[in-house]
Amino acid sequence: MCKKLIFYSISIIAILSLFSACKPKGVQSAVSGDSAVKAYVPPGKYDEFYNIVSGGFSGQMSIYGLPSGRLFRVIPVFSVDPEKGYGYSEESKPMLNTSHGFVPWDDLHHIALSTTDGIHDGKWAFGNANNTPRIARIDLKTFRTAEILEIPNSGGNHSSPFITENTEYVVAGTRFSVPMGDKTDVAINTYKENFKGTVSFISVNKESGEMNLAFQILLPGVDFDLARAGKGKSHGWFFFSCYNSERANTLLEVNASQKDKDFIMAVNWKKAEEYIKAGKGMKKNVRYTHNKMDESKHSATSKIETEAIVLDPKEFPDIVYWIPCPKSPHGCDTDPSGEYIVGSGKLAAVIPVFSFTKMQEAISSKNYEGDYEGLPVLKYDAVLHGEVKKPGLGPLHTEFDANGYAYTSFFVSSEIVKWRISDLQVVDRVPTYYSVGHLCVPGGPTKKPWGKYVIAYNKITKDRYLPTGPELTQSAQLFSIEGDKMKLLLDFPTIGEPHYAEAIPAELLSKNSTKIYKLEENKHPYVTAGEKNSKVERKGNEVHVYMTSIRSHFTPDNIEGVKLGDVVYFHVTNLEQDWDVPHGFAVKGANNAELLIMPGETQTLAWKPERIGVFPMYCTDFCSALHQEMQGYVRVSPANSNVPLSFSTGNVAKPTAPVQ
Amino acid sequence: MKKINLFYSILLCFLWISCNTPNPTTSSNTASSNTETNSEDLGQAGVQDDESQKDIVKVAVGSQDHTTLVAALKQAEYVNDIANAGPFTVFAPTNAAFDKLPSGTVDGLMKPDQKDALKTILEYHVAVGVYKQDYLQDGQSISMASGDNITVGLKDGKMMINGKANVVATIPASNGLIYVVDEVLLPPTK
Repeated sequence: MCKKLIFYSISIIAILSLFSACKPKGVQSAVSGDSAVKAYVPPGKYDEFYNIVSGGFSGQMSIYGLPSGRLFRVIPVFSVDPEKGYGYSEESKPMLNTSHGFVPWDDLHHIALSTTDGIHDGKWAFGNANNTPRIARIDLKTFRTAEILEIPNSGGNHSSPFITENTEYVVAGTRFSVPMGDKTDVAINTYKENFKGTVSFISVNKESGEMNLAFQILLPGVDFDLARAGKGKSHGWFFFSCYNSERANTLLEVNASQKDKDFIMAVNWKKAEEYIKAGKGMKKNVRYTHNKMDESKHSATSKIETEAIVLDPKEFPDIVYWIPCPKSPHGCDTDPSGEYIVGSGKLAAVIPVFSFTKMQEAISSKNYEGDYEGLPVLKYDAVLHGEVKKPGLGPLHTEFDANGYAYTSFFVSSEIVKWRISDLQVVDRVPTYYSVGHLCVPGGPTKKPWGKYVIAYNKITKDRYLPTGPELTQSAQLFSIEGDKMKLLLDFPTIGEPHYAEAIPAELLSKNSTKIYKLEENKHPYVTAGEKNSKVERKGNEVHVYMTSIRSHFTPDNIEGVKLGDVVYFHVTNLEQDWDVPHGFAVKGANNAELLIMPGETQTLAWKPERIGVFPMYCTDFCSALHQEMQGYVRVSPANSNVPLSFSTGNVAKPTAPVQ
Repeated sequence: MKKINLFYSILLCFLWISCNTPNPTTSSNTASSNTETNSEDLGQAGVQDDESQKDIVKVAVGSQDHTTLVAALKQAEYVNDIANAGPFTVFAPTNAAFDKLPSGTVDGLMKPDQKDALKTILEYHVAVGVYKQDYLQDGQSISMASGDNITVGLKDGKMMINGKANVVATIPASNGLIYVVDEVLLPPTK
């Protein structure tokens, strides 16, 4: 440990002295005069890119504009969100259902935007739930979570949701290996014999986007960290970084850092697909949820699935190969051509770059150095294109531009390093403030990077933003990569903790963005299609209010005859057919929620009054000049009351003149 | 300022025409340095939106019977205001209704130095709120944006304003309600 420290110190000094000329002393010298202009989007203009950013421990996804860095929307995915009513309305609650029950808060790490032929197609964004393993699909027309699929036989879905070239599959690799099958109540220290990992291949329907668990590959109990699909010449393969090849079950900080090399696992998924089609997979009994949002009913359903098809690669030896990779690899990134696979060992002093062509040669000549848990290990030198020497400290992730350059983030030395793939030479480096994790070049993981910027997602912002107590905001920093030198343009705060992000040209999404839900297409079972259809019905102790909202009133807005012990369901239909005119709904004392209803949508609030009285209700979303008039009352009477069920809007005793 | 208004009005007209044609999409192959524009600086009336229900401005502009009213709204710089979230109840006199005014009245109101007078008249045709006929009673007064009241007459399901102007059509719009009237409503003289 001491030696390591000395080594690191010397390295730091060496690097500092080598590159001190390139390292600005402070942000003043890091930002040049015209930076603000380059990040400024004047009123009346749109941003050039959507930046779709993971919300980390918030469980959400966020949408920023680039180059302005303005936050446009937080999309709730794996966590409840009062701002959208997600997880609170009766319609959206099933989205957060799992085989463990309702999970209100998870941890979303990575983004994958759908591609066709390896190029962004603007249809969907995928995100992973890291804790209770799931994958979500977000519809990029509505910017809403459309589907969530739970992953069985998994503990910790970190190596996810990376996609194949035509979005044939989304993958989900286990960070935590776990005991599986019938024998799950085992001693933790029997890890090596009882704990297994899996990587799951989830098929995505080309038209609807619907996900299904196609198959799982059963693997030794290593930790799968990150992954990338092959593309172009390597289409048909998938590459997963693995650490803890020591298979430690305690103090991984020390015990999983023993070996010089862990692995990048290469999976021939086309081959695996063939075996599955030939019926070679084993059917396993599992239990996982499949949640879908039906856009015409504005309602989600949650279904329990009970079967998974599992393939054991030991029986099919041409599916899985291990590529040795130094020191607990984290990032595992394939370049736009699909030829090069870049491993980033968190603790490594080099960045190894592997060649797909060499890997194919090594496989056909069986150039193995041995096996790991019965699966072949390729020779490091046989598959290596070369190493980027002394690139920096703590390499994590690599993105690419269209000109043959790679950009790698360094957590420890807080910098982005630009290097050339062909000769592995470092050509530029730029400091970040501080401790960059993921980074993003628009289109960086695709066959066709859009380039122009690299965005750093930073963990630490001490002294960069006004302090806000013990925790400071996380940050993103925007750099221009148009010239030879990277140039800092802007930094902006982000929600949660941004892990991975992607950026996509604005016009690919903006032209398709949904403006309203058409009322005539509303198939919600409790829709109220027009004020004349509004009503209140009693079914036992359930009271169903078929309510409408339109600028600037509810129909009905006076309700009587509710009794203590009733559950009142307010099914509110927003009759507006006008873009950007949502209505809200709240009733005093509701202990679960409020509602937010988009134009043409129906949403339901379940309210259980706990006392008698008259309860105000009102619109919570500032909708119009008379928003403050958009209010009403519900009367709650004792359980044995004779007050008849009644409802009205606009019944007045006699003509009244407005107050002037 | 007038020139700018005129320019905007012309631009607005073009924009409405272009609203009906699909957006020319820029090449999706390159992330060009030019940011996409969203309809110049026209305010809410300039928002490109072919999916939503038409707002009051769009309905009026689409009506051949309301060219005088639309011209007056433009002259008074009220186009964006009436495209606002509102909601509004607008009493929309037809061209024929304007023609009933003494000769030269409209031309006089359209003069730059008469803008305030024009504004007051237009404001007298607009109420904030949606006053559906179902919710009105005979003799009810409604406070208009100008600060004056109108009186609603209801007889045999027919609506008449200030004892003179007949409501000849009712047109719902996304941001309120249009009552087409056959008379221009003139604010009480003070």
